[in-house]
Amino acid sequence: MTETVVRRNRIARNADRVGMSAMIIASVCLVALGAHWVSGPMVSVVVLVLVLVLGSVLGLAVTGGPEARRLLAPYGLLKPGMLWLALFFLAPVWSLLRISLSTKESRFSVQYNFSWAFQNYSTAFRDFGKQFEHAFVYAAIATILTILIGYPLAYVIAFRGGKYKNILLGLVVIPFFTSYLIRTIAWSTILADRGVVVRVLHAVGLENVFEWMHIMDNGKLLNTPAAVIGGLTYNFLPFMLLPIYVSLEKIDTNLVNAAGDLYSNASRAFRKVVFPLSIPGVFAGTLLTFIPAAGDFVNAQFLGNPNTTMIGNSIQDQFLKQNNYPVASAMAAVLMVSIATLVLLYTRIFGTEDLA
Amino acid sequence: MMRKRTKYGRYALNVFAGLGLVYLFAPIFFIVAFSFNKPKGNFNIAWQSFTFDNWLHPFAEQSLTHALWKSLEIAAVSTLVSTILGSLIAVALSRYKFRGSEGINLFLVLPLTTPEIVLGSSLATLFLGQNFIDFGMTTIIIAHIMFQVSFVALTVRARIRGFDWTLEQAAQDLGATPVRTFMKVTFPLILPGILAAALLAFALSIDDFIITFFNSGPVQTFPLQIYGASRVRIPPQINVLASMILFLSVALLMTGTIAGMRKSAEKQATAKKFNLLHRK
Repeated sequence: MTETVVRRNRIARNADRVGMSAMIIASVCLVALGAHWVSGPMVSVVVLVLVLVLGSVLGLAVTGGPEARRLLAPYGLLKPGMLWLALFFLAPVWSLLRISLSTKESRFSVQYNFSWAFQNYSTAFRDFGKQFEHAFVYAAIATILTILIGYPLAYVIAFRGGKYKNILLGLVVIPFFTSYLIRTIAWSTILADRGVVVRVLHAVGLENVFEWMHIMDNGKLLNTPAAVIGGLTYNFLPFMLLPIYVSLEKIDTNLVNAAGDLYSNASRAFRKVVFPLSIPGVFAGTLLTFIPAAGDFVNAQFLGNPNTTMIGNSIQDQFLKQNNYPVASAMAAVLMVSIATLVLLYTRIFGTEDLA
Repeated sequence: MMRKRTKYGRYALNVFAGLGLVYLFAPIFFIVAFSFNKPKGNFNIAWQSFTFDNWLHPFAEQSLTHALWKSLEIAAVSTLVSTILGSLIAVALSRYKFRGSEGINLFLVLPLTTPEIVLGSSLATLFLGQNFIDFGMTTIIIAHIMFQVSFVALTVRARIRGFDWTLEQAAQDLGATPVRTFMKVTFPLILPGILAAALLAFALSIDDFIITFFNSGPVQTFPLQIYGASRVRIPPQINVLASMILFLSVALLMTGTIAGMRKSAEKQATAKKFNLLHRK
């Protein structure tokens, strides 16, 4: 009798371990089910394990007393969302990797057999190397441009906005309340061959300068690499501007004044005080801009030409038009892994913990 | 001399910021202006003449209106679910200290640092390999909840970071049941953060294109409809509906800001009263 009570107390005291393991086991079960690790009768075994694990945690919460309940509570709150992400985020990544190493039985078959088919990856690199290059180069240039445009704007709003700060910030965000696609289509109208910008440039005579800078191509602005980069810059600007603004806003203006009192001139105060303190914002903004820009295909489609397609266009085309899932998955996997690597390297070099 | 230069520098920076705002608004100006255009042919891209017709018949394009309703439906359902799931995560992370919270924090950022095209295509491979759900509304909603959860969890967590959880203990010491404590103390205090996150999630869902594109099946959402139609025709109703959404969001934003300003003014007023009372 006393033995069981002691045992129960021990379980109750370690309820957090129980809760965490239950969450992990349940997640693994869901990934196994979603990503087809198991088949046939094993499926019912995994489902049974899942139900048993969740049931036993529930049982412990009901019978374990207040201490156990307190220890279990965070895992209970986390579980619905985490299990959702396990099934619809982790399991898909696994099945993406699996399909990227599979081969089709025949040209028109929908069945895929896993066969360590690394040729999908060599096909991806051989046929779509240019698109990978475009994706990373365009996204990198666009990220730099968003810093060059976003930083001064954020600076002016944060330090010179005064009582209009919130209104100015609102003004910056408002354009992005219109649909992403509509904004991009609007840019294609603005940059069109007989559109306003081209005509103004022609009238002012800046055409040659733009040609020389390789922004224009034979009197065209639309359907050039510059237009694609411009579109990416525009569409992802708020992701750069807002984090920078947040980090600038946090800066204590007394520090800047102190620098002035110590005979630092304005530019030195900026270099030595303001800019270092705003680096976390630039860091977060860079990630939030570069990652979606590298995977984008909308800008390249509406503002580019067949020679400016990015990897997103190729993945989309191979996946949805050619139904060539293995190669499309291989490209997506390469994109995912290379971005993850870049992010890791970047975090190592410029790292701050304050991402979100 | 030196002083003069910094003065010019100041001026130049402000001008640059002004130009930045003009740049941000350039396409918006076009979208709103062309909602009053009377286009020749199928493409509303060259200015012809001014008309109110499009605004008088904003829902004339049936397929477009239908798609907009679908988008609203999807956004409503996915926002509701993801707000609940995400808020629970946020409360767990900020209310409790527990084993593995660091790992959870890292895991939450993962969907945000994965390009949308990878999220969309990988989820599609999951749905391809099974016979339970067909591509359609269900898959779109599942996909939206998947990417909204992280956004909601991180937003709510950021908003309730400084929350004083001992208030709950105080309520319970005063004899409130846990349910009553939650309804009367905790929930009202974290509600603003949850609402802000829900708004963000709703906006993300309405505007999502890439992930939806991979998981939509036959269903046409508003962005998908625009994408599909853009090759064939760009009717002015697109501009009208986009302008409507824009004006509506601006109105929402303004009421939010005004309400916030009024609230802080009230707070100051009560603080003043309180001080006066105590001085007596």
